[in-house]
Amino acid sequence: MKIEISRGTVHDDLAQTVEAISGQNLFACYQCGNCTAGCPVSFAMDLGPHQVIRYTLLGLDSEVLASNTFWICASCLQCTSRCPKGLDIARIMEALRTVVLRKKERLDHLSMGDLTEEEIDRTPQIAFISGFRKFLS
Amino acid sequence: MDYLYFPGCTLYTKAKNLDRAAREAARVVGFELHELSNWTCCGAAFPLATDNIMALLPPSRILANAMKEGENLTTLCSVCFNVLRRTLHLLESDPEKREKIFDFIEMEYREGFHLVHYLEILRDEIGFENVKKKVERDLKGLRVAPFYGCMLLRPSEEMRFDDKENPSIFENLVESIGCKAVDFPYKIECCGSFQAVGAPEVATECGHAILSSALKNGAEAVTTTCPLCQFNLDTKQREMKEKYPDFPGLPVLYFSQLMGLSLGLPVETLDFGRNDVDPVPLLEGRGIL
Ligand code: SF4
Ligand code: SF4
Repeated sequence: MKIEISRGTVHDDLAQTVEAISGQNLFACYQCGNCTAGCPVSFAMDLGPHQVIRYTLLGLDSEVLASNTFWICASCLQCTSRCPKGLDIARIMEALRTVVLRKKERLDHLSMGDLTEEEIDRTPQIAFISGFRKFLS
Repeated sequence: MDYLYFPGCTLYTKAKNLDRAAREAARVVGFELHELSNWTCCGAAFPLATDNIMALLPPSRILANAMKEGENLTTLCSVCFNVLRRTLHLLESDPEKREKIFDFIEMEYREGFHLVHYLEILRDEIGFENVKKKVERDLKGLRVAPFYGCMLLRPSEEMRFDDKENPSIFENLVESIGCKAVDFPYKIECCGSFQAVGAPEVATECGHAILSSALKNGAEAVTTTCPLCQFNLDTKQREMKEKYPDFPGLPVLYFSQLMGLSLGLPVETLDFGRNDVDPVPLLEGRGIL
């Protein structure tokens, strides 16, 4: 994939919003990849967490917002626990979810109507409640 | 010793087998759990967006109610524990947010309040050597892999529960009740958490990797403290077997069930019927039941 970056888009609105919501400094990341290496669900992500961080910083907004990374993230905090630069990557993932969900039009990631009766019956409440917190606006 | 107890939503319904055995076992080893008279859901996710104050209200209200009623609060579910301990940490360390929250919920904040996990009571107050003294039923060195998952341990600076990469509290408990603790590299990995509803096939993969690692290291059973880990590791073995027909599966028990078993509680109290993979054949086969 060819990626074009420009000086003008580095640290754009999206990057600044993500920093404000997450309380993290995206420039601090030195791309060691530790977060992605330890992530238990990176196998299902189209971009590794470290790539999402750099793409966000570089202003590649549409690539970042179209990626499934922050929807697949399970907020397990393994990345946060192991980042040598002390970045709380899980907060960056939450900030990206939040940016999408807070847009005016409802853009829920989870459709409640899609849950089958069997799923509702067998799944514990905590899965629903925390899932709804993460995936609904 | 008396503790206020916050069961949380899931222990009242789907995870009765975690709750009941733990309440009974506490009495046997020497402490009483008194259910909070007023509680709600904790929200099941500590908000990671720094400006999301709303999600801090339910856990703050639970803590404020407990502050009215006593000095210590305990809980069992790893998710509840994580949300409550992180919230308490924030209330202690961020006076500005604390004031905002307590003004809104119109309740009184009190310093010097403690939140402890049930396992911490066993380790720090009762002592595992004293748990051992109460053992009535021989668990015959059943090879059990303790699964910590994420929520008890991370973030370690706030949870202050155990070593974040190589914890031992859970191993020490299962050894004290006559099991053989099986160490395995996936013990602090994620079970897939709420992806059980967001991306169920991803959660199935996480669970399968964890259980396969436990099996490879010789486990006959796995034990957890968390109803969500339990769901992803136990109930979802149906999906794992569909995807991996060679996967043999194994029982996943709550630590309280194993503990209750060793303390000689009546088997009905342990609610094995609620575990998806029936542990009874294993326990009978090993001559424990
Ligand atoms: S572990 Fe930290 S420094 Fe390394 S790539 Fe990830 S966010 Fe960047
Ligand atoms: S918090 Fe999210 S990104 Fe980080 S390791 Fe866990 S699942 Fe991966």
